[in-house]
Amino acid sequence: MTTTMAGTQPIAPREARVAHRPHWGWWVVTGIVLLCVAALAKSLASNRNLQWNVVGQYFFSSKLLSGLLLTIELTVLAMAIGIALGGITAVMRLSPIRILSAVALAYTWFFRGTPLLVQIIFWYNIAALFQKITIAVPFGGPTLWSANTNSVVTGFVAAVLALGLNEGAYMSEIVRGGIISVDQGQQEAAKALGMRSRRIMRRIILPQAMRVIVPPTGNQVIGMLKSTALVSVASVQELLYSAQLIYNRTFQTIPLLIVASLWYLLVTTVLSVGQYFIERHFARGNRTLPPTPWQRLRTAVDNMHGALQARVERSAS
Amino acid sequence: MSEVVLRVTDVHKRFGPVEVLKGVSLTVERREVMCIIGPSGSGKSTLLRSINHLEEIDRGRVELNGELIGYRQRGSKYVTLPERDLARQRTSMGMVFQAFNLFPHMTVLQNIIESPVGVLHKPVAEATATAERLLRRVGLLDKAHAYPRQLSGGQQQRVAIARALAMGPTLMLFDEPTSALDPELVGEVLDVMKDLAREGLTMVVVTHEIGFAREVADTLLFMDGGVVVERGRPADVLGNPQQKRTRDFLSKVL
Repeated sequence: MTTTMAGTQPIAPREARVAHRPHWGWWVVTGIVLLCVAALAKSLASNRNLQWNVVGQYFFSSKLLSGLLLTIELTVLAMAIGIALGGITAVMRLSPIRILSAVALAYTWFFRGTPLLVQIIFWYNIAALFQKITIAVPFGGPTLWSANTNSVVTGFVAAVLALGLNEGAYMSEIVRGGIISVDQGQQEAAKALGMRSRRIMRRIILPQAMRVIVPPTGNQVIGMLKSTALVSVASVQELLYSAQLIYNRTFQTIPLLIVASLWYLLVTTVLSVGQYFIERHFARGNRTLPPTPWQRLRTAVDNMHGALQARVERSAS
Repeated sequence: MSEVVLRVTDVHKRFGPVEVLKGVSLTVERREVMCIIGPSGSGKSTLLRSINHLEEIDRGRVELNGELIGYRQRGSKYVTLPERDLARQRTSMGMVFQAFNLFPHMTVLQNIIESPVGVLHKPVAEATATAERLLRRVGLLDKAHAYPRQLSGGQQQRVAIARALAMGPTLMLFDEPTSALDPELVGEVLDVMKDLAREGLTMVVVTHEIGFAREVADTLLFMDGGVVVERGRPADVLGNPQQKRTRDFLSKVL
């Protein structure tokens, strides 16, 4: 048996290649999708109520652009607070000191457990609870600083506080998940090399945890961008509220909502691209990275160039 | 001539209801290679981890070069040292783990210089030179800029050995360094360890490689049930075991 097997020539001819089985299903699905897209495009283009000319008219209006700027500011500030708070509370939560762990747990419990909209309204109306904000030595000591709550907690401050504190609770869980995803052996190896816990966290654990932390954080940033629309209840003139102010006057509700949505989509797209590159950075050493679209384009161009050159050389000889 | 580097006295360790170490004592002299064998669950890894205080102990003492490890004696009590002191003490003990535990987000070179630069505050150029010398010694200089993921298990373990040596330890602890390796990769790691032994490095090796223990060890310890059952020169313990438990174990592994 074995001798005949060893002596057998390969049956397939040399030039045979692997071909994929034809898929009639592929054509059907593609056809249906193209049909739907065409129908949608036609209805969008021909429906007069969409008022594309109004969309164009307001797309770069200064009111909306300043609203967009405020939306971005709110997103950046709230995420900065959220990430900082989340990082701190995640480490607290994992601390062997019980009371720190309990404080962190209570924080996430409260801020994840109540609606964001309620939190925004609450901070906006905080003056009803505390008329004055005072920094003083507790229990009757001297006052160091005092101010009227309403002059400190403006709509913008209330919005940043509410969004940031709420975000911190979610980021806390994300960061904690990242930290506990790192193998216990990493910490032991670092300890055995004489490192102390701060350094271990900063140099060994966090860089590895980032691989797990970054993708959901990207989600959170994009979510935050759109959650900022809620702060219109605190009369902060962000993107949506700016659009509302205009359509309340002109009744061009749909076109202005389209303008706002297009801006949200645009910023989300930019953020997604950023996330893609940050993820690649933290994937270092973990797997071989696929080329970026840009690198792929370059290779394709290089290949084409090479093929062309080869052809030119061949024809020359 | 004989200078005691490591002295372990009557160490006890309990995990919940299970007493893993029931009073273990041993001494290791400078340039000595001690191998510890025994069935799984016998407490040999826990003993090794107690030596550099990765595990707290319940009773007994561990001394390295005369210095009490992990604790400070206050009257009749031992108080755990602050982290700063624990970290300092660990710099003089290198440890090699079964699972290598290289830092996957750093290159081989970065893995090796991380602690010399970050903890011992050596200049990067000096640490790099040392790292390259050690990499040449374990035969992996060409992999200096590779990431751990790109190396075989045997190569990773050799890097882990170089990383531990880069701290200039007076004692090296090996915790089953070849148990996670494919059989054909065990030899390259054992060869490196044999070289180190020949050069006079003081080593405590927990291992299942009886052949290695026979060839390299100055002292062989057989542990079972949290106690040292038998100790002596490898030829004696392996060739003429005095205890029944040792004979039973050896009959299964030899």
